[in-house]
Amino acid sequence: MPHASKSPWIIHYDGSSCNGCDIEVLAALTPLYDAERFGVINTGNPKHADIFVVTGSVNDQNESVVRQIYDQMLEPKVVVACGACACGGGVYHTCYNVNGGIDTVIPVDVYVPGCAIRPEALIDGIVTAIGILDEKSKELNGISTKPRGYADAGEGVYAPQADVADKTEEPAEAKAAAQGGDGR
Amino acid sequence: MSERTVVPFGPQHPVLPEPVHLDLVLEDEKVITAIPRIGFVHRGLEKLVTKRDYTQFVFITERICGICSFGHSLGYVQNVEQLMGIETTDRAEYLRTIFHELSRIHSHLLWLGLMADSFGFEALFMHCWRLREDVLDIFEQCTGGRVIFSACDVGGFKNDVEDSVLKGMCETLDRIRDEYNSIAKTFLTDSSVRTRLSGVGYLTREQAAECSMVGPFGRASGLLVDDRLKGIGAYGDLAAFEPILSEDGDCYARCYVRINEVLQSMDIIAELVDKIPAGDVMVDVKGAPEDGAKAMSTVEQPRGQAFYYSEGNGTKFLERMRIRTPTSQNLAGLVAALGGCDLADVPIIILTIDPCISCTER
Repeated sequence: MPHASKSPWIIHYDGSSCNGCDIEVLAALTPLYDAERFGVINTGNPKHADIFVVTGSVNDQNESVVRQIYDQMLEPKVVVACGACACGGGVYHTCYNVNGGIDTVIPVDVYVPGCAIRPEALIDGIVTAIGILDEKSKELNGISTKPRGYADAGEGVYAPQADVADKTEEPAEAKAAAQGGDGR
Repeated sequence: MSERTVVPFGPQHPVLPEPVHLDLVLEDEKVITAIPRIGFVHRGLEKLVTKRDYTQFVFITERICGICSFGHSLGYVQNVEQLMGIETTDRAEYLRTIFHELSRIHSHLLWLGLMADSFGFEALFMHCWRLREDVLDIFEQCTGGRVIFSACDVGGFKNDVEDSVLKGMCETLDRIRDEYNSIAKTFLTDSSVRTRLSGVGYLTREQAAECSMVGPFGRASGLLVDDRLKGIGAYGDLAAFEPILSEDGDCYARCYVRINEVLQSMDIIAELVDKIPAGDVMVDVKGAPEDGAKAMSTVEQPRGQAFYYSEGNGTKFLERMRIRTPTSQNLAGLVAALGGCDLADVPIIILTIDPCISCTER
């Protein structure tokens, strides 16, 4: 997917935010700021999305929803934490039902500060996210050019190796570590 | 009878920016009943009164909800002023009312946009949000913030707004009024909109009264519920105020009520800007609420009546702060309206109550 960054699709989920950031996320897509002219489209389907825009903090109830949307998204994917709450709990950080920022559940690539965020800040965050998306995309394509479980045997030649297990083990682990995985 | 199926709706759904979950019990395409499940946005703000004193808590009430942000700060400060026996200045009352009505315009335009989006009229959505930006520009010009702007404070209004700025505000509203009228015409007369909304999610006046519906949702079913009639703040100085009602009780009527409320708010602002008295906007606030003092007050927010109750204990920290928001009142009406509708109409009906989940769950 080398050209995903030309038209990054976002999926938006409201963790436990106050709506302030959510309406600014939508405002960024509407005529005054018009992020759609850059090909940014808001989609409701996690499988279609490249960038996960999360507003608000996490609690016990929505933790699984955030993780589920993140897991359903396909690689490469970038997470943008929007607003003070998503970055670290914001004004609610001392509330009994706030567990903290989004990064306590899933790995976050871009933090956009503000309460509520301004659409300009969000667009800036999305642009930063596109850069990361490009890098991840390149990295992913670099790995996937080699058929899984097969060592280099020249172009187009599939030669099974005896020590397949050893060779595939390493990149998988490295990938999990890069993502942050489940181990926080 | 065909077999019943349960279809989950939400918490992440394209039509709603906020998380709410509904279990829709279906027989083929017909919704038999809907069971709401909330709690995704609960933060526990009422408990925060033990950690934030009554002046700091203004900022917390503002962040109950980003859309009704000003309404909540207004409701809270009015309540605390009542608790402490503070009387603010006339000019502050007028400014508060003007900003409250501006918030109503911004909230209704936002809702109209989301509504247009929900029935697939993308261009109309964009136009509504374009107009809304003009209102947000007024907020930014006067206070520096777009959606959460900390203008209200216990004792009055933080910064005075000059008369020239208020005049400019009226000119902006006059300018957007023409454009708004053409949008309103599309909503009310375009056949693609009318056929989609007419007769959908019908609730009689009796049902509305039984479910204790508030705000435009109740008024669309002919229920006379509007707390602005109480004349709190500068509303008492209005020459005339007639809530907008409709007897139709369907999604179209809810649209009709909100569309006309925007025009009504523009008239209210124009009238108040003409009448606004000169003077200070802030009175000195000293001390703390007395031990055992109690206060109750209501505010008519864009979504309906919000109720505030506070209790003092002699310190700067309130003993109790209770807020009941309009959407929690309207959830019963929503479930009633969903009964018997088509699955395809569910998003529209949910939107017509103008749900504000973060208000509801706090």
